Amino acid sequence: MVAVAAVATTPSSLTYHDLPWIIDHREDRCTLCGRCTSVCPVEAIHLTYRRQRLPNLDLLKKERGSTFRTFVGIRQRTELSRRCIGCGMCSMVCPNEAIGPRPNANDERARFHIHQKMDAWKRGGRRNVRESLLDRIVFTRISMLTDPALDAGRHEFFLNTILGRILSPEEFLRRHAKGEWIPPTREIFPFIIGSMSFGALSPNMWLGLLQGVAYLNEVLKIPVVMATGEGGCPPWVLRSPFLKYIILQIASGYFGWDEIIRAIPQMQCDPAAIEIKYGQGAKPGDGGLLMWFKVSKLIARLRGVPERVDLPSPPVHQTLYSIEESVMKMIQTMSMAWGFRVPVYPKISGSTSAKSVLNNLVRNPYAAGLLIDGIDGGTGAAYNVSMDATGHPIASNLRECYLDLVAQGRQNEIPLFAAGGVGKNGNVAQNGMALIMLGASGVHLGKYIMQAAAGCLGSERNRCNVCNIGLCPKGITSQNPKLYRRLDPDDVAQRVVDVFGGIRTEIKKIMAPLGRSQSLPIGMSDALGIDDEAVAKRLAIRYVC
Amino acid sequence: MCRLAMKTASEPFGPHGVLTAMEAMQEGYDGSGLGLLLRGVRFADYNYQADAPILSGIAHSEAALHRLDERMQAKGFALKYDHEFDLRPGLIEARDRHKYFVRVYSPPASWKGLPKEAVADELMLTRVGLRQDGEAHGNDLTAFSFWPDVVMIKEVGWPLQVGAALGLADDRIKARVVMAQGRQNTNYGINLYACHPFFIQGIATMTNGENTAFVPIKEYLSGSQYPGYIGYQSDSEVFTHILHYTLRRLGLPLEAYKHVITPLKTEELDSHPQGAFLKGLRTACRRLIIDGPNCVMGSLPDETVLLVMDHKKLRPATIGGKPGEWALASEMCGVDAMIPDRDRSLDFQPMRENTVVVPPHRQEYAIWSQLQPLPLPQAA
Ligand code: SF4
Ligand code: SF4
Repeated sequence: MVAVAAVATTPSSLTYHDLPWIIDHREDRCTLCGRCTSVCPVEAIHLTYRRQRLPNLDLLKKERGSTFRTFVGIRQRTELSRRCIGCGMCSMVCPNEAIGPRPNANDERARFHIHQKMDAWKRGGRRNVRESLLDRIVFTRISMLTDPALDAGRHEFFLNTILGRILSPEEFLRRHAKGEWIPPTREIFPFIIGSMSFGALSPNMWLGLLQGVAYLNEVLKIPVVMATGEGGCPPWVLRSPFLKYIILQIASGYFGWDEIIRAIPQMQCDPAAIEIKYGQGAKPGDGGLLMWFKVSKLIARLRGVPERVDLPSPPVHQTLYSIEESVMKMIQTMSMAWGFRVPVYPKISGSTSAKSVLNNLVRNPYAAGLLIDGIDGGTGAAYNVSMDATGHPIASNLRECYLDLVAQGRQNEIPLFAAGGVGKNGNVAQNGMALIMLGASGVHLGKYIMQAAAGCLGSERNRCNVCNIGLCPKGITSQNPKLYRRLDPDDVAQRVVDVFGGIRTEIKKIMAPLGRSQSLPIGMSDALGIDDEAVAKRLAIRYVC
Repeated sequence: MCRLAMKTASEPFGPHGVLTAMEAMQEGYDGSGLGLLLRGVRFADYNYQADAPILSGIAHSEAALHRLDERMQAKGFALKYDHEFDLRPGLIEARDRHKYFVRVYSPPASWKGLPKEAVADELMLTRVGLRQDGEAHGNDLTAFSFWPDVVMIKEVGWPLQVGAALGLADDRIKARVVMAQGRQNTNYGINLYACHPFFIQGIATMTNGENTAFVPIKEYLSGSQYPGYIGYQSDSEVFTHILHYTLRRLGLPLEAYKHVITPLKTEELDSHPQGAFLKGLRTACRRLIIDGPNCVMGSLPDETVLLVMDHKKLRPATIGGKPGEWALASEMCGVDAMIPDRDRSLDFQPMRENTVVVPPHRQEYAIWSQLQPLPLPQAA
């Protein structure tokens, strides 16, 4: 027997029963091919051997004895830095269905030990909360009183929305008569691939998205646009005719903007829009962060920085004092750079000050829209506490802003775009259309696109979520060629097309029963219901049960 | 669904014929009410001068009528003529109709020399004021219209029965334009104000169908804080207000109305002579896009009559008639009832991009296509 004092434990000693994910390994099936251990992004499992005792049980003899053998097998590591993240890659590659992660049904003691080496827990992904208010909204107004109802499969539907400042009819006619400047607008599909930077995403992922978007526009005539996020855009894209499907983002680090500005004279077309990032739903009040793992040679060149250094963007645009000043300086400068032909709009995180930002924009003739990103937004890297607990849900934030515009008779003069958790449980068209009927002109999708088009494994159960350290097991958010070659851009493009084709059908299936086909039902709140009286009141929609 | 009938003729005629047309079309609606607008009016027992405003409405009690008189006097209006309907109250479902009034006033002396727009605004504000006064007193006063040359009557019940109750067959009121609608409110509650035609500053429309974009349009119009853009007990009232907005506030020609409510597709505008302008207009006015199916009939102060249909309307309305006399109805049998002896080869059912317009001379009707150039000085 071992003496109690001799058991070596430290404050953060854990066994795999304490970890968030427990590996089930069936030794009877395992052929020790080693695929699982080689594919595991965090080295949570390893091939190991040990001495195993085989008791000698001879009933006829008095003496008991043991023989020993060397056993080879797979074991789960318990160090926190190598804890299993539940990505399931091991089970995906196992030829014998012998291994796989299981969520820990017990308390996760690991949570208490996650701060190691004075570092707070950082991760990628989304808030670890699975409920979504948007999922609970239903479309209650069914048009059946008049002419035969619409057929989603047969009738013609106009699904596009407008991105860009919309003048009041009076002002439009006045300016038109006088030949004055009329703000540029774009007719786009209301579901937009939101900002995911070239840097956060791997080159293959980016290429796949771009190919898909180009196909949607040029072959299927669905005008889907995608946003870049901070960090610029590959130079060949800037000089390609595909730039018109791209919203270029400028964030507080201004990474990649030298390249963009320098490319202007060679651009064949204007970008779809310029997005000025003030905040992000996943980590409001926090700047961008590209951790050193992902600053490869290519990324370093695009961003004009040395290789392998952390690239934090400041939480605010340090050259600007306020949103008013920004609208005055930055929006005007950017508009001017493209001859006032490109809409320029800010992106903010959902917060209680969204309304005042909006009111500032309304009074400035150069602001082209407002994108509000709610608390359920995703990110490539952030502190866990920011993601889980900081921010404002999108539904009420958006609704408040929209109703504020309604009261002024100016709804959608500044088109509102909403983001943050659209499709987090897979109900992408339903979530997006609910937001549109609450007043959004369109919605941005990030995580959903990664999950649907590239098989991102991240979930609200804290599955995977290692986008930050460049070890993305799918090769979506890694700059390591060994990893990103796992992802075939053509497959991603195909999935992007499938996804948007599907969304388009679902939008029609939502609009047809409401009797809408000629225009997107922006602000059609009379069609919405929810089974919670307080929420219904807050959103000014119908309470149904 | 409600039924629409409208007739325009160079010679004033009694409204009864139009009510008969409503009867012909009775299949398919619930007879929950009748709305009538008469324009270009002539009274049998009063020599009406076409510029004096006529107030139409219902006083539901003695007290309400009293307040009405006081209000009008205080504003400086002088009562010139008070039409007495030949009533048969037993035929009316509602029990609280103290007096249907159609009254001609002479405007206050202080209005002399006011520009036309200012007079129009004053008339509208007077009507809105009366309406609000009624609403503040438990809806005991209903004011439908206050405008020169326009009489409006609205009541719950089957059209012919309402006509009989008010003695409309006796032709003591005649008009050159009569609009009639059998009411069925598609989505919202029953209310006298929910009855078509709707009216604002001489502009009137009535609709059948369903305006699925009602709530956002209503919110947009109400947000403009224009005192006349109130009500919206029916999803169809916004059609009248959009027409008013297009003509009066944007100063656009009538041709633009259809471009505002049902703009062309991008591909169609790409090849349109004023495509760039019309795309801009579509963007600026996109909050006013109706998302039907709807058929809209309307009339303007100069007795122009119009009919438009949106893309989704599957059951087209018909215009038919002869020079000097045209009838429009949501069902063909309605036209038959109003002008049986017409040349049927002139019948027309507009679809999609058409606006049918009968100008005041009424010799023929015009069909405007949205695909044609828009006669617009700015668009040159
Ligand atoms: S689930 Fe993922 S992290 Fe866990 S052992 Fe398997 S491959 Fe490694
Ligand atoms: S699969 Fe890649 S992108 Fe998705 S959560 Fe994991 S690391 Fe992040």
